[in-house]
Amino acid sequence: MTASNQPQSVAPRNVEIAGELTKPLSPTRTLFSMAMNVIAFTLAGLALLPLFSILFKILVEGLPHLSFEAFTSLPAPLGMDDVPNGFANAIQGTLIMVSLASVLSIPIGLATGIFLSEFSKGSALAGVIRFLVQVLSGVPSIVVGVFAYAVIVIPFRGFSAWAGAFALAVIMVPIISLTTEEALKLIPVNQRLGSAALGATRFQTIFKAVVAPAIPGITTGILLAISRAAGETAPLIFTALFSLNWAEGLSSPTPSLSVLIYNYASSAYKEQNELAWTASAVLVGLVLCANILSRVATSRRIQLR
Amino acid sequence: MAQFAEPLNAPQTVDITSVDSKTVVADVGFTWLVRVFAILAGGLIFGIAIVIGRQALPSVQQFGLGFLGSQEWDVPNLLFGALPYIYGTLVSAAIALFLALPIGTAVAIVTTEDILPANIRAPIAFVVELIAAIPSVIIGLWGIFVLIPFLTPVFTWLHQSFGWIPLFSTEPTGFSMLTASIILTIMIIPTIAAITRDVFLAVPKTQRSASMALGATRWETIFRVMIPSSASGMLGANILALGRALGETMAVTMVIGNSAFISASLLDPGYTIAAVLANEFAEANDALHVGALMYLAMILFALTLAVNMLAVVMVRALTKRK
Repeated sequence: MTASNQPQSVAPRNVEIAGELTKPLSPTRTLFSMAMNVIAFTLAGLALLPLFSILFKILVEGLPHLSFEAFTSLPAPLGMDDVPNGFANAIQGTLIMVSLASVLSIPIGLATGIFLSEFSKGSALAGVIRFLVQVLSGVPSIVVGVFAYAVIVIPFRGFSAWAGAFALAVIMVPIISLTTEEALKLIPVNQRLGSAALGATRFQTIFKAVVAPAIPGITTGILLAISRAAGETAPLIFTALFSLNWAEGLSSPTPSLSVLIYNYASSAYKEQNELAWTASAVLVGLVLCANILSRVATSRRIQLR
Repeated sequence: MAQFAEPLNAPQTVDITSVDSKTVVADVGFTWLVRVFAILAGGLIFGIAIVIGRQALPSVQQFGLGFLGSQEWDVPNLLFGALPYIYGTLVSAAIALFLALPIGTAVAIVTTEDILPANIRAPIAFVVELIAAIPSVIIGLWGIFVLIPFLTPVFTWLHQSFGWIPLFSTEPTGFSMLTASIILTIMIIPTIAAITRDVFLAVPKTQRSASMALGATRWETIFRVMIPSSASGMLGANILALGRALGETMAVTMVIGNSAFISASLLDPGYTIAAVLANEFAEANDALHVGALMYLAMILFALTLAVNMLAVVMVRALTKRK
């Protein structure tokens, strides 16, 4: 475009633009918008489908067999119909290992979260630790199982609840650390300054002015970590192994709900498949409750702010 | 406030500089306790690396790098090679990522754009993220009893119509590499959707408004403004999802068919590193067998570590900018 013919084209172009503004979108652009809407909704629907299918199947297959005796009796031997059939030992084993893992991981996770949030101003160490903990949270759970196998199963020559709980604890630590840090970060800085100005020491400030109001958020994180640990299978199959009997102390093979589901899922016997579905209903119920509860707790906290 | 009811005229002398020794001990002790636990938590990853590395060392020395290229896995004769497992791990994760990328991004768009009212968008986002909370073993159970019966006719049709393509050249049994990839897709969609959603929400409103004001439609804005400006975050989300797919164990083990040979056909059964660890560790008695499995665990650990470190760095760079 040269300078000489630009002024001449001003008038017609203005008219053109005015026309363009009132003209509807060109058919190709309208079509593109509509097509993209359809594609996006179809794909998003596709993403929702599996969850509904899983929940529906669990309700249909799992609930009919969910009876009182499922929670109180041992898995029945194959082919015996009149014997009560259940997975009480697996529930017991899961409870034992998850509690043990919580005892091991909650103090470490909380302390790490507090360190990352309260002691980290300008500290390179905190940045490094946060990075390492984030990377740890991405380590496949099967690798954590191998770690527990090497640290506990090999030296003590046997599968045990200890080994299973240790593996679960390693999985829980990063979850608790990172959610605790997030929960503490939501507490306004002024609250810390106010506490310090009143003469509180660091310890007092952290516990009374920071951790205490953040307890709902911290509990949420712990709840999520527990529900994750309760559903983990990969780190248990070769650390805690499985057993068809009640747990015999902490240093012998221990059954768990998740390993029971795994073992019975690929079984050729229909009764065992049914038991796997029933156990799934229990496990999914537990996990969904924890997640929905934590979602409710978090949204309420955010509304309060 | 009861305290204020009392007269305040009596002068009170409180020495605010004095601190009793109990508080000091608690303060210093607490500081050190927190620091030690934090270092312990950070050190865990090194612990895992060192322990697995040491366990794998004998077999690394014995098999060398040839382990990575060998296809032999014969436990009674103590011949071990990792290639089919590495191949299965990489291929299943790559296909899953390829399928999950458009779906996860679509979920992120549907839940951030105002096509739907906000009180419908939030539940969709929550429900998609809920999939991530379902234990992997239950997804595997569903895979065996729902997904495989559903997919088998589809696979048969694929084989009959497109059998001339090597990818679909074998008779499907249901348990296959493609089934495992689809299960993985389902499992990594929440990761991609959740992070991509955060990334989209972090794009400044003014940038969108500017694009709209210039006459762009919603989808033109998404493609020309939203996606280019969140590209690095989206990449981070997908790398994180890839890390999850590489290490996912139970659901894959239950549907992939567990057969250690490399086939061009996706309808053939396969095997992954995580699956062979899950299947063979409990029964491994021979030191060399355990060593070979430890070598595999080390490869998987190194692979996911590299991928995760990259993802953490990318996502962190993004949140800093925000």
